[in-house]
Amino acid sequence: MTDLTSRLGLDDTGSVWRGAPYPVLVVSAAGVIAQANDAALRLLPGAVPGAPLADAVPAWLSRAHAQVHDPAHDPVARDAAGTSARGPIGAATFEARPVRDGDAVAWWLTDATDLERATQALRVERERTAFLDRASSELLSSLNLDRCMEVTARLAARHLADAALVILPPARRRHPVAYCGPDGTVVREELVVDPESVPGLAEALQGYPPPPSRWICPAAAPGWLARDGHVEVGSMVVTALPGHGVPAGALVLLRGSGHARFSEGEEVFARLFAARAGAAMSAARLYAEQAGITETLMRELLPPRICDLHGVEVAARYRPSEHTARIGGDFYDIHPPAEPGQESLIVLGDVAGKGLEAAAVTGKIRHTLQALLPLAGDHQRVLELLNGALLTGGGHTRFVTLVLASIRCAGDRVRLRLTSAGHAPPLIIRTGGRVEEARTEGTLIGVLDHITSVTDTVVLDPGETCLLYTDGITEAMGGPLGDEMFGDQRLLEELRRCGGMPPEALAERVEMLSSQWVGGGDHDDMAVIAITAPRLAHLSAVGGHGRGGFTA
Amino acid sequence: MTGADGLSAWRDKLWHAAVAGDEYAAADAALAALDHDISMETLLLEVVAPVQARVGLEWEANRITVTQEHTATAVNERVLAALAHHPVARRAAAAREPGAGRVAVACVDGEWHAMPARILAEVLRLRGWRVDYLGAQVPAPHLIAHVHRTGCDVVALSSSIPTRLPAAHAAITACQATGTPVIVGGAAYGPDGRHARLLGADAWAPDGRTAADRLAAGPAAAGQAMDYLPHLDDEAYTMVSRSARRLVRHVMSGLEERIPAMASYTAQQRHHTAEDVAHIVDFLAAALYVDDPELFGRFLTWTAGVLTARGVPAGTLLPALDLLAGRLEDFPRASALLAHGHAAVNAAGSESLHPATERPHDRLRPKPAEARPVHAARGHAAHLHSG
Repeated sequence: MTDLTSRLGLDDTGSVWRGAPYPVLVVSAAGVIAQANDAALRLLPGAVPGAPLADAVPAWLSRAHAQVHDPAHDPVARDAAGTSARGPIGAATFEARPVRDGDAVAWWLTDATDLERATQALRVERERTAFLDRASSELLSSLNLDRCMEVTARLAARHLADAALVILPPARRRHPVAYCGPDGTVVREELVVDPESVPGLAEALQGYPPPPSRWICPAAAPGWLARDGHVEVGSMVVTALPGHGVPAGALVLLRGSGHARFSEGEEVFARLFAARAGAAMSAARLYAEQAGITETLMRELLPPRICDLHGVEVAARYRPSEHTARIGGDFYDIHPPAEPGQESLIVLGDVAGKGLEAAAVTGKIRHTLQALLPLAGDHQRVLELLNGALLTGGGHTRFVTLVLASIRCAGDRVRLRLTSAGHAPPLIIRTGGRVEEARTEGTLIGVLDHITSVTDTVVLDPGETCLLYTDGITEAMGGPLGDEMFGDQRLLEELRRCGGMPPEALAERVEMLSSQWVGGGDHDDMAVIAITAPRLAHLSAVGGHGRGGFTA
Repeated sequence: MTGADGLSAWRDKLWHAAVAGDEYAAADAALAALDHDISMETLLLEVVAPVQARVGLEWEANRITVTQEHTATAVNERVLAALAHHPVARRAAAAREPGAGRVAVACVDGEWHAMPARILAEVLRLRGWRVDYLGAQVPAPHLIAHVHRTGCDVVALSSSIPTRLPAAHAAITACQATGTPVIVGGAAYGPDGRHARLLGADAWAPDGRTAADRLAAGPAAAGQAMDYLPHLDDEAYTMVSRSARRLVRHVMSGLEERIPAMASYTAQQRHHTAEDVAHIVDFLAAALYVDDPELFGRFLTWTAGVLTARGVPAGTLLPALDLLAGRLEDFPRASALLAHGHAAVNAAGSESLHPATERPHDRLRPKPAEARPVHAARGHAAHLHSG
């Protein structure tokens, strides 16, 4: 077999090879340069034949040559034509491809500077895009401002700097701050600090563009920013977190003195990240504000907590029709006696319609009834006044049906005065399981000028219960076949099995039966109140009554 | 219950008071246990929880009525409320550190049994957590609104009825989509927590103590919110779930043809039969959702046991299964499940085929509410929610 060296040097292709535009080096197994063409000598003047490769070329190339001959090196990779090495020669980047023949190797070098640059740029862009993508999905997943701050600080510290700090405009003179150090642990706190003490921070918090990093002296960073034991700050970037018209806060990136300073490209990229973080934080703040407003406005409309009624046990359940809502057109209220020995008043009602509009009317009715409490000794009078208030209230006309229950203890028994205004009469569950309907009826409220009502008086023995409920219970559509109404009859049958149950169990059972009747389908608002004469002496230590249903 | 742990006497005391509806005696028993140096956590997890589990077992065996079951549960809840106000609990709350973790404890929508979640909430409070207890049947939108509002560190989700697993899955993924990890517990997830893994929960705990320990072990990162279950591609679950009521009608008319005695059924008997069938269809859908024949088999074995306890042959379930199989023969997974169920019923009871004619009792069928405590108790008394 003809030796590669002699073939390249002696045959008639030699001159072609010498003049080839690509540098070529032929190197022996021992690492000595055997041949070098003109282009190779221009690039590597020391690569004359006879010179050791290690002296004539950069280390990466001589290492690659050694690997080609290393038996420990993967033979498949070693023999593959595509095996190549890449590294710098002078200011340029070269790719070296070995062509073997026997023990000698011809290294063909091609200038890969542009390719290298493009590859590098592509890699950076890909990393940044992937990072922004991940950052966006992490930031957008939460509508909680604290969590958004934490995510922003953590992502920034991990991907953009050694440590990062998110700072918000002050609330009650304290700045909410999230700091993430090189260990990835986020600390959240509220600090009384002066943003003016950090160059550019006060401007960023006011929405002005902060100065470029190179103008910021890291030594100026105060202790709450450059934290002991974490980073000795070598460079610092301050970026505004843009919000909805007003700045959401500012992001400070810190890099240790051992690391490269922030490049201009990195600063631009930090601003891209900050734009996303700021948008997410602003959305979270907006949500928190709106949720707070809703919470405040809704507080009056939520079912009240069950309070102690001195010797009477009460339990309530409430389930609005819409899954997303916490209030609806059904309502109840519990007014303990003004003085011991007087009557308590419980009201349960149903405003026509459902959703927020109906709920708003329930608020009005509950307020009116609250004002009429001193007159509660006369149910008819209370209903007349309420009727008048609703009729003259103007605006959208809505009517309401309700039940008034005035409650007084009489020894172990409980005496109830019950008045229905167009509402299903209360049911009395006797101890033995007999179920009676209270003999009360009356006109619904908010339609006619004159209303009438009949009040019934009922006495509960210990363990007996009076149940008030809205038609959302009995008119529930569903059942195993899907098209039946739950109905009064089924409710009565179930209640006959409930004699002697504690009121919580009874109210829960009624709501449960009706809800399960509906299955996953739509249902109307549901409200249930059970008023029970205690079976045993009242256990006052057990006061942990919660709100009805899941509204807690 | 053996006295090996020295707690059985307390459990017995509480049980008798609860089933008698005597909240005074029940609270006295609980408070006396504390006076005897039983820790609050032990009292909650090893006395109150097992007593609640026993409520379900006793109903299953037809030894207590539905009324007693509900009454005992209500008494246990009052005991919990009393314990929450006990100085031990108050001291724990007062000693909570400012940076304590915040956890939301909730039952999945449609889950009525709040006791296990409530016990867990109390245990976590004792261990220094800041706890938001959201109660029974929390619709996912409420849960998510709460998570956004409070930014809680973790959500603990309890479900005991397997038919609510699809709803649990929706809640788990919705929480994870906010970056909040979810720990789940309860009988619904299977004895070994297999359904918790399938639905992508970040952690599963077989009982309250394990759940508390797991939460104490440190923050879990929320898994990738992922609601894709490849086996649902065959649309069997979708079909059964969406047309559940039509399937019930089909089975009912088929039963009337096959069983002449049904002609003399009262409206109520007919209604209860329809409820039985609806329940079978619901569990079939759940088993299709998590692709687990054993879920369906366990339900049928359990139902057969309940029927037998009330003097009804388990074989009454077979015609309904056969009619469903005829309707669903285009869906191989459904057919396999029904065949598995058929075998489970055969194994559980006699082959007697006199369906529902001599029903002595009109409350044969376990409603989910009744099924719940029984499931909690059945063989794995130490579930997140019972344990």
